[in-house]
Amino acid sequence: MCLGVPGQVVEVEELTAVVDFWGVRRRVRLELVDEPVQVGDYVLNHVGFAIRRIPPEDVAMTLEMYERLLKEANDDLMAADVRGEMDAGDDH
Amino acid sequence: MTTKPMEFRDPVRARALAETLTRMTDQIGREVSVMHVCGSHEQAIAKFGLRAAFPVRLNVIMGPGCPVCITDLPEIDEAIALAQQPHVRIATYGDMVRVPGTVGSLADAQARGAKIETVYSVAQAVELARTTTDEIVFFATGFETTAVATAAVLIAGVPKNFTVLSAHKYIPPVMEIVSEMPETRVEGFLAAGHAATITGSAIFEPFVERHQKPVVVAGFEPLDILVALAKLVELIRDRTPAVVNMFPRCVTREGNRNAQRQLWRVFRPIGGRWRGIAHIPNGNLRLTDEWAHVDARKRFAIDVAALWHHAPSTLVRQCICGDIMAGIKAPSDCALFGQACVPEQPVGACMVSSEGTCRIWHEYGGIPNLRGVSCPA
Amino acid sequence: MSGVTSSDQQILLKHGAGGRAMRRLIEEAFLRAFETEPALRPGVIGVSAMDDGGAVRIGDRWLVLTTDSHVIQPPFFPGGDIGRLAISGTVNDLAMMGATDVLGLTCAVVMEEGFSRADLQTILASMRQACHEASASVIAGDTKVMGKGEIDGIVINTSGIGLTSRLIRDCGLRPGDRLIVTGTIGDHGMAVMARRHGLDLESDLQSDVAPLNALIAAALDAAPDAVTAMKDPTRGGLAGSLHEMASKSGVGVLLDNALLPVRDAVRGVSELVGIDPLHVANEGKAVIGVRGEEAAATVLAALRAHPLGREAALVGLCTDDHAGMVVLDTGYGRRLVAEPEGELLPRIC
Repeated sequence: MCLGVPGQVVEVEELTAVVDFWGVRRRVRLELVDEPVQVGDYVLNHVGFAIRRIPPEDVAMTLEMYERLLKEANDDLMAADVRGEMDAGDDH
Repeated sequence: MTTKPMEFRDPVRARALAETLTRMTDQIGREVSVMHVCGSHEQAIAKFGLRAAFPVRLNVIMGPGCPVCITDLPEIDEAIALAQQPHVRIATYGDMVRVPGTVGSLADAQARGAKIETVYSVAQAVELARTTTDEIVFFATGFETTAVATAAVLIAGVPKNFTVLSAHKYIPPVMEIVSEMPETRVEGFLAAGHAATITGSAIFEPFVERHQKPVVVAGFEPLDILVALAKLVELIRDRTPAVVNMFPRCVTREGNRNAQRQLWRVFRPIGGRWRGIAHIPNGNLRLTDEWAHVDARKRFAIDVAALWHHAPSTLVRQCICGDIMAGIKAPSDCALFGQACVPEQPVGACMVSSEGTCRIWHEYGGIPNLRGVSCPA
Repeated sequence: MSGVTSSDQQILLKHGAGGRAMRRLIEEAFLRAFETEPALRPGVIGVSAMDDGGAVRIGDRWLVLTTDSHVIQPPFFPGGDIGRLAISGTVNDLAMMGATDVLGLTCAVVMEEGFSRADLQTILASMRQACHEASASVIAGDTKVMGKGEIDGIVINTSGIGLTSRLIRDCGLRPGDRLIVTGTIGDHGMAVMARRHGLDLESDLQSDVAPLNALIAAALDAAPDAVTAMKDPTRGGLAGSLHEMASKSGVGVLLDNALLPVRDAVRGVSELVGIDPLHVANEGKAVIGVRGEEAAATVLAALRAHPLGREAALVGLCTDDHAGMVVLDTGYGRRLVAEPEGELLPRIC
């Protein structure tokens, strides 16, 4: 009984798909996904069922989101540092 | 070849995120406690050694996110009582087999002749029912992410000798319960990404509204966890409680409607006791009346009274699993941890399940944060 | 049921799993019975050393002997069978002590009534093939049959004797020693795991079961005196072996996760099933401690030049910190690799 693991669909039959995880394949059931699944799609798998189709563009989007957060956070922190220095300057 | 997950494990980005997280926590200028409620999150944190990268002043606590650990004693007793009936076999996930009930575990019952089968999926239990004339009772544990699989197989149709003894749990109420505990210092929550894939992120909005604490939905790769914590700390720092989805590749606001429909067609939430913690309103999932014909509690007369003549031993009285699951104590606070209570001889449920806090800590040597252990560069 | 455990009165599966419970049973029951006066003589390394084999000094050399029982279920698995396993396991135990020249092997077989004659033939052919690869011969044996249901299929016990002038222990590590594995880890255990009914996994995973004595001889010849400890990570995996070596030697171990050689498919099964390759049995690998950076490079080159060692890798080193503990650098931080309870998967060896 394990975590959700993402894998790539290599074969689709009506209600099942064969999914590849790092070179290991497993047939998963498709009754629970909320959109149609095609060969090449990534799916999140949990206890033998695909529970979500992961749109490939979302992977790139997620990584961009991380970069953006990093940049915003660092800008934020830099701004705070600068403000801090300016305040310290104002004291004398 | 699935290379995509590796992008979420990039150590360079991870270090940058960890540094950002540290600087943000320092800006708050005091100790901050946040809670996650998912065994898989704790496993990922332990496996990737992430606690060594978290800021010193950030406590990332594991809450009651282990569905096996919170399965209450009477529920296990029911399964044991059933397993002892002639021509009845219990099929369940491996984790459940050694969790102690009032008098021993399913494994102990098995050693005395009860028929217990370990399965990797509910579908396997259904296949088992097709190969025998025995009654197969699937002892169903797990949160909603797992409950949807049980729902799907029932809707797809099962043989007449297959029933479900449901001990499924529902996670959203838990944040309320923890927030209402007087001892809690938790200021924000990480929500489990896989459960949220099913339920959607909107489900946390009422909680945030009521308790004014942020909830960030997090994935399970190292970058997912670090970025979610960074967001959570940012929201705490800015005092802007909100639900933020940091796992958009799997989670949407509405969630998986198809899975939700099947879940609520088969199950209804009822209040129930979570082992060692408290009564959780809407915390348990039971079969609806439409599914009475596959409900083990309706098909069988389950007599557990015979099991209840024994008083808990002194060891059991020293078990603090409840406090650990509520995030008030850590495994290292327990006198039994790693000594009288070890995976091969567990006293409490947290030491049995692969998603239990104690079991996870023990698997990684009992020291969640190696910062204090000096190692050569 | 806490407090009074049945293990007080009965032997349970965990006692054969190769981990803590088995170690305790051996210490409490077997050592007490077998540590007799002749065994405590100088020039004899006996059961209390709990090394891969026992050894008796003869002149300026050591006679090494070892024994193993094989109960793997099912007897045929991807990449091998119980016969190949039986020969390789014993040859490798001898090799781990430095006895890469096998003087002779024994083979005692117990079969269940009804066991297939054709299966027996296949198993014996595998044993012959493995003996050929190891340049070894079975020189004594025994055959028994038990009634249907009295034993499960087939059980094979093999013993081996070898001679060596350089005895290598598993307790000889010192801080600074490099740690090398001879190839990818977790192959055997995961190959058997992946085939378990109900998992419905399809993979090309094969057991790595193979006799290693020629490979080890090449390593020892390349850097004699620099190899300080060896072990073959069977039940309990690399984690189990490193733990033993570290505690017996009184050193800490630091592993680098990025350097551990793991096949993609093994990683895949590991992610799906939640079992760490570090805890999973290997039947054709060795972990070697080498003193000195240069000697380690030499040993690595010698291993990689051999067909069984192409993926050999330097994976870590010994430290004087945290003696007895194995630490893994994950790339994000560090964590402990706990001593495994024992083989997580029953009947895998």
